[in-house]
Amino acid sequence: MSDRRVFRAVVPGPPRPGTFGKIRAWWGGWPLGQLAFLAVLALFGWLFVSNVLETMARIGILPGFGFLSSSANFEIGESAIAFRAGDTYLRAIAAGLVNTLKVSLLGCVLATILGVVIGVAGLSRNLLLAGLVRWFIEITRNTPLLLQLFFWMALAKALPAPRQAPALFETVFLTNRGVYIPSLSLEGGPFGLLAAIALAAALGSALLLLLRLAGRLTRRSGTAAITLSLTAILLLLVLSGTRPIVQAPALAGFNIRGGLNLSPEFAALLTGLVVKFSALIAEIVRAGIQSVGTGQWEAARALGLHDGQIIRLVVLPQALRVITPLTTSSYLDLTKDSSLAVAIGFPDLVSIINTTANTTGQSMEALIILIGTFLAINLALSALMNLYNNRVAMRGSTR
Amino acid sequence: MIVHKTFRRAIQSAAAAAFLATTMLSGLAHAGPTLDKINQRGAIKVGVGTTPGFFAPSSDGKWQGFFVDFGRALSIAVFNTPDKVEFTSSSPQQRLPALQSGEFDILLSGVTVTATRAFKLGFHFGPTVFYDGQGILVRKDLGVTKAADLDGATIGAQSGTTGELNVADFFRKTGKTFTPVTIEDTGQFIDALESGRVDAITQDSSDLVGKRTQLKKPDDYVLLPERLSKEPLAPAIAGGDDRWLELVNWTVNATIQAEEWGITSANVDEFLESEDPAIQRFLGVDPSFAKDLGLDPKWAYNIIKTVGNYGEIYDRNLKPLGWDRGYNSLWTDGGLLYSPPFR
Amino acid sequence: MTTASPRLLTTLRTGLFGTRGNTLITVTTLLLLSQILPPLFRWVVLDATFTGDATACTRDGACWAFVTAKLRFILFAFYPSELLWRPTLVILLLAAILTASALPRFWGRPLLIAWPLTILACWLLMQGAFTAAPVPSNQWGGLPVTLFVWAVCFAAATPIAVLLALARRSTLGGLRTFSVLYIELMRGTPMVGILYVAMLILPMALPDALSLDKMLRAIIMITLFWAAYIAEVIRAGLQAIPSGQREAATALGLGYWRIQQLVILPQAFRIVIPGMVNLAIGFLLATSLLAVIGIFDLLNAARASAADPQWLGFYNEAYLVVAVVYFVICFSASRYSRWLEKRLASGGKRP
Repeated sequence: MSDRRVFRAVVPGPPRPGTFGKIRAWWGGWPLGQLAFLAVLALFGWLFVSNVLETMARIGILPGFGFLSSSANFEIGESAIAFRAGDTYLRAIAAGLVNTLKVSLLGCVLATILGVVIGVAGLSRNLLLAGLVRWFIEITRNTPLLLQLFFWMALAKALPAPRQAPALFETVFLTNRGVYIPSLSLEGGPFGLLAAIALAAALGSALLLLLRLAGRLTRRSGTAAITLSLTAILLLLVLSGTRPIVQAPALAGFNIRGGLNLSPEFAALLTGLVVKFSALIAEIVRAGIQSVGTGQWEAARALGLHDGQIIRLVVLPQALRVITPLTTSSYLDLTKDSSLAVAIGFPDLVSIINTTANTTGQSMEALIILIGTFLAINLALSALMNLYNNRVAMRGSTR
Repeated sequence: MIVHKTFRRAIQSAAAAAFLATTMLSGLAHAGPTLDKINQRGAIKVGVGTTPGFFAPSSDGKWQGFFVDFGRALSIAVFNTPDKVEFTSSSPQQRLPALQSGEFDILLSGVTVTATRAFKLGFHFGPTVFYDGQGILVRKDLGVTKAADLDGATIGAQSGTTGELNVADFFRKTGKTFTPVTIEDTGQFIDALESGRVDAITQDSSDLVGKRTQLKKPDDYVLLPERLSKEPLAPAIAGGDDRWLELVNWTVNATIQAEEWGITSANVDEFLESEDPAIQRFLGVDPSFAKDLGLDPKWAYNIIKTVGNYGEIYDRNLKPLGWDRGYNSLWTDGGLLYSPPFR
Repeated sequence: MTTASPRLLTTLRTGLFGTRGNTLITVTTLLLLSQILPPLFRWVVLDATFTGDATACTRDGACWAFVTAKLRFILFAFYPSELLWRPTLVILLLAAILTASALPRFWGRPLLIAWPLTILACWLLMQGAFTAAPVPSNQWGGLPVTLFVWAVCFAAATPIAVLLALARRSTLGGLRTFSVLYIELMRGTPMVGILYVAMLILPMALPDALSLDKMLRAIIMITLFWAAYIAEVIRAGLQAIPSGQREAATALGLGYWRIQQLVILPQAFRIVIPGMVNLAIGFLLATSLLAVIGIFDLLNAARASAADPQWLGFYNEAYLVVAVVYFVICFSASRYSRWLEKRLASGGKRP
């Protein structure tokens, strides 16, 4: 405080500080000391980087990101985007990123659903259920995620081999090569299943946005808009002669062919993340619901609302204000923890980056990509959740 | 007063920073060869793997195996005693970065010599100590007799090995498909085959023979006859220390040369009487030769006396596992082992 | 007994069969448990093998003989077997200082001095100083490594975190910006990435004269990483101190550091201790990631124990043992945290 006053006395001129003055005020007291501190840090940073470059030069590695366009001669076990040995490292890393996003996104959704269910179950007046939930939460919370992943992996491997695996309902195979379920695809039409879903989603959100802008968005008009866009796409598909093809997995040669395969590594990673984070989310949900005083329940009951209505209209809007910021950080943690994939052999971003660093020697560049990507994912996710949080908080305060 | 204090603090921190910076810069200037570090530390740090016969800790924690013996030979070359060497097992995925970062002075973990590793990763390789080829180990009950039968199979490879790359090449070449499962941890790698997670695992065949013995029922598995690739396994060191590289080169060569001359740990003392000037130079009977190279005159003698020649190392570690010499015979016996002359 | 048991019975009856819905839940849960528990019990006890060697063990039941044979390895990994008293002593020392730190009656300056001393003692013990030949850190392993890395990193990260939190709350723009960037960068990065930096980049970034072994490098990076998390918790504590406190202290003529040291931090710490304990539990579990860079912490040692050719594949037993160890430590710590929270909430300002 005192420093700022000293400073004002020194700078002559108008009472309102100019741009420099604003920066100066923001910079605050101890100006030279701060500069010196930051300069020392920068010096250390520079030393580190120059040391790394020196070492790389000594062993003959060229720094830079040129390696991204050279061909990666390894295969990736499972990838949502087409990848073959010989494609570029950039494509390999993209395949890893998609795998990371896939498991994180699915993990967040499933962990939320399971977490809410468990959280509510934990509040049950049934002693047995509440006790069971309590123990489930304590065990999952107090053992390392990596250990849990190893456990799920061991469990996945203990399933029977494809040739011995019994088929559930003739179509679902639980094997040590993964879970096989029938897949649905569209044939003969102008576009595939994913495109159709994306199109329906785009149409639906466009309609919702229009309604919102027109100030006509209500529960009914919203439902109508969604139904309309779904029907439109379905109609389009039927008229264009698209047939849905359900492909059931069946044993062929070494493996089960056809259908959708969730590899054991993916299944173990997803299960591990979902179980661990559902326990955390359950705790958050419990805390959120308990933050709404019992008086509110009683008051709402007195108004003649039934339990479902109370939860939907009274408890949830208030609990969400507590729950949302906490689940946001859970989602961020889940995304970061998906990096443990590397320990069980699921080809996520980290393990692809690891292999890349190993085959090219460009470890510094590879790690810069890794850290940069995770920062970007994190920032995007926090921004998205902040948006939602603002909405929840606002709705709470306006009502 | 505040200003005074601030200044004093600023000066103190500046001094501390300057001190740290100079220590770091001086470190840079002394960026010294590996051999300096080894001498300073008083031990060679060797990265190894875990495959019976090649490298494995015995029950009392002492490392033994084919590659381990070369580590001991190096220890003799540098320190005149076989024990100033620390073996640490490292997964294939971690060993190359660890070597690059200076955590190991040398890898004796069955690293394949490749152009990429030499040019792009900046590693230098000593002489090939074991000529190997990549094999495939499959369950017998699959009825597979050759690699081409494995169309559509799930195949495990260890991450960070040439095996991971070769198997991709092989299936690309033959136009067949496979599902790769890449596993880092060696224990998990074997477990994947045992539990049926994969139909086959692929790796240097030497390694597979060792791994097969670790399976619960080794007889249920068979090594396919094909070799997918050439796998010359050699000591690997980080670039930037020529003398260390030469020491590695000639330590290995010494074991090969000794076998060529028929010098063994048992009869090395008799050879001290040899009239052959080349042998006199080699064993340090004529000390000027080794002295000119900057080595202890008795270095080769000590290596042969303590560790033995190449053939002895091979027979001691690999013969019990049923390995034939094959390519790993002396050139005089139709193999590939050939030491440049010691003169 | 005459009054207690009927009450218990009533609680049980209403708790389990109070309403029709409740009864349904109870029956469903019991059905579920009856599917899980008997096979588990059979595996753990009935079909288990307690003595003998690997050949005596069947696949149907647990092989506790494996645990007996490999327990030393799981707890201490490759540490030389004739020097086992050293890591054992390290565990005891760390347990002692943790217990002391947990009891409010010991909170004070002596404890602050005891921490660095204990850590130094542990380091020397593990290294094999004084009596034995040096034990290089690649032979350390198991529980002492887990506890040691955890304690060292947490203890070293806390002072850094205090500075970061103060900087983030300060009016000094440059330091504040640095603190914000640092904290967000660290919190946005997965710990695996940080460990890779320790394994791959740090050796290249440090001058050759300063070559550190892998354990030390991991400790440095984890410390810097955790500091960001601890800083955020401490910042929450700082925010909870009303600004009147600072103003009053300024009016008394105290300087910035004196105010922080005497007025703000002691109160802030009291507020954040439960949060710190929770953080510490998370960190202990996170040390298991050391396995990713090949350090033999408790979990990695357990995994390696089941890769022993003589005892190949007893992963479940090994994992179960370490799960119990982690659970016992973390569960009691979380219980302690809850107890402390209550005590601090009800006990007012005085410790």
